[in-house]
Amino acid sequence: MTPLWIIAGITFREAARRKILWTALLAAAAFLALFATGMHFQVYSPHFQRVPPLIRNQILSAMLQVGFYAMDLLAVLMTVLTSVDSLSGEIASSTIHAVATKPIHRWQLLLGKWLGFAAMIAAYVALVFGGVYAVGRFIGGVQPRGALAGASFIYLECLLVLTLTFLFGTMFSTLTNGVIVLGLHGLAFIGGWLEQIGTVTQSDRLINLGILSSVIMPSEAIWRRASYVMQSSIARTLDLSPFATRSAPSATMMLYAAIYLLLALSAALYRFRQRDL
Amino acid sequence: MTEDLLPPTNDLAIDTIRLRKQFGSKVAVRGLSLQVRRGEIFGFLGPNGAGKSTSIKMLLGLVWPTSGQAQILGHPFSNVEIRRKIGFLPEDFRFYDWLTASELLALHARLCGLTPAQLRERVPAYIDLVGLTPHRDRRLRGFSKGMMQRIGLAQALIHEPELVFLDEPTSGLDPMGRHLVRDIIRNERKRGATVFLNSHLLSEVEITCDTVVFIKQGQVVGSRDLRSSPDGEIHVHVRAHNLRPEILPGLAQWTCSAQIQDDRLQLSTNSMECLPEILRHLVCSDVHVFEFTPQRLSLEESFLKIMGEDQGL
Repeated sequence: MTPLWIIAGITFREAARRKILWTALLAAAAFLALFATGMHFQVYSPHFQRVPPLIRNQILSAMLQVGFYAMDLLAVLMTVLTSVDSLSGEIASSTIHAVATKPIHRWQLLLGKWLGFAAMIAAYVALVFGGVYAVGRFIGGVQPRGALAGASFIYLECLLVLTLTFLFGTMFSTLTNGVIVLGLHGLAFIGGWLEQIGTVTQSDRLINLGILSSVIMPSEAIWRRASYVMQSSIARTLDLSPFATRSAPSATMMLYAAIYLLLALSAALYRFRQRDL
Repeated sequence: MTEDLLPPTNDLAIDTIRLRKQFGSKVAVRGLSLQVRRGEIFGFLGPNGAGKSTSIKMLLGLVWPTSGQAQILGHPFSNVEIRRKIGFLPEDFRFYDWLTASELLALHARLCGLTPAQLRERVPAYIDLVGLTPHRDRRLRGFSKGMMQRIGLAQALIHEPELVFLDEPTSGLDPMGRHLVRDIIRNERKRGATVFLNSHLLSEVEITCDTVVFIKQGQVVGSRDLRSSPDGEIHVHVRAHNLRPEILPGLAQWTCSAQIQDDRLQLSTNSMECLPEILRHLVCSDVHVFEFTPQRLSLEESFLKIMGEDQGL
């Protein structure tokens, strides 16, 4: 087994032991319980039974989108909080010295850690996305259109955030790193809404501001693409939920996000190779 | 990306030329030129802030030098493959505390490229070597500082490296632990390994090392061969009758200093070889010698003399 995979394996085990991961899993469990209860109440509400089936289905689908939105936010937060001190913390505590002096290239060390976290995040996203999916399907009787594509985009968003925490982890302390990455995600979040509002009010300036924020940090754009691929075409036009994506980010924006991720990872690898440990 | 290891170009385990490290405007290592022969136990001494840790980190590829060159076992220090032959015990060894002692050793051994068969044999053997067999399946979070030092030592040695860097290996150890480390270092020498020892405990260094260098402000300011060579300052205490100032000029060819006070003569020299000559000169000068006691300057005295007594350790 190459050093890269040894590091990936140990990092996965280390990440899976983080208290913050278990807190995030508990939060996800609480959220799923609440979401399932809400879905159940809605489905069996006497008033709701009288709503025409088409509208009823759209409302339940909109609820499902809210569920996915909440799990997306949880997954992003969990990603940042578990990985934020992976590099800076181990550099500060000198834990990294015993490993970095082994016959292992710096790029193998960083990429191995990245892969370990990527695997842990994949498991988290699969579990919580599966939970929301199950609630929609078995309680609400609704399911997203492109579930696999949607889950993949949510995972891509988490990987992007992970890569940025790694990049800034090669430069700054744990706290600064967390503030920067969550700050960027917040910027993308606000930008995304500005773009949505701009689309409704037909304000080009708001739309451009939103696009600019997605260029700086494409995480929210990836979520909106995920939401878009999971919505039915009727939901997109009926505009029954705040997530009815009027201006879904284009495939080009997704390509941009993927290139952004690769560039950030390359920058992290370069920076980690150059820095003193 | 595997770098080939060509045969070493010389017989030095470590060879540095004017190695320098600057952090911003602060110079941590001014220009370290150091030669460590293969197979020797080498002591690296200096006060706090002398640049010892930075120097070790540069040799191990953790810190990039601002300028200068370094060869490790005949290869450039930046060659990752050479680290297969290097072991390192960091000053404050830490690792994921949920691993057991055996798991930690197996992990580090795998990183060094040991085969599963070697792991099965060496992991229990090295846990035994550092006296942790009863704790082999305990998680590290329950380990004391001394136990961490022991397991850290085992991970530095498990791949049987040719060059071992030990950064303060006895800090946190009780007297039994220190004795164990001494024995392990001696065993490493027998195995033919080179040991680079950074320690504040000068008495330990004096017992263990073959050669020491003193560094100050990131430069070598002195060295002593503690085994074969008589170099280093030797004080001689002489008690005799008929001591006269006229005998002093004749002694000057062998001594660094000489002083008569009543029937006592205090002199210092740089070589044991000179002692018979000095004694012969005294006897031929009709001095009646009752006592002639050479005393080698202790390492601590040498250290304080070179560094200046105001320097903190």
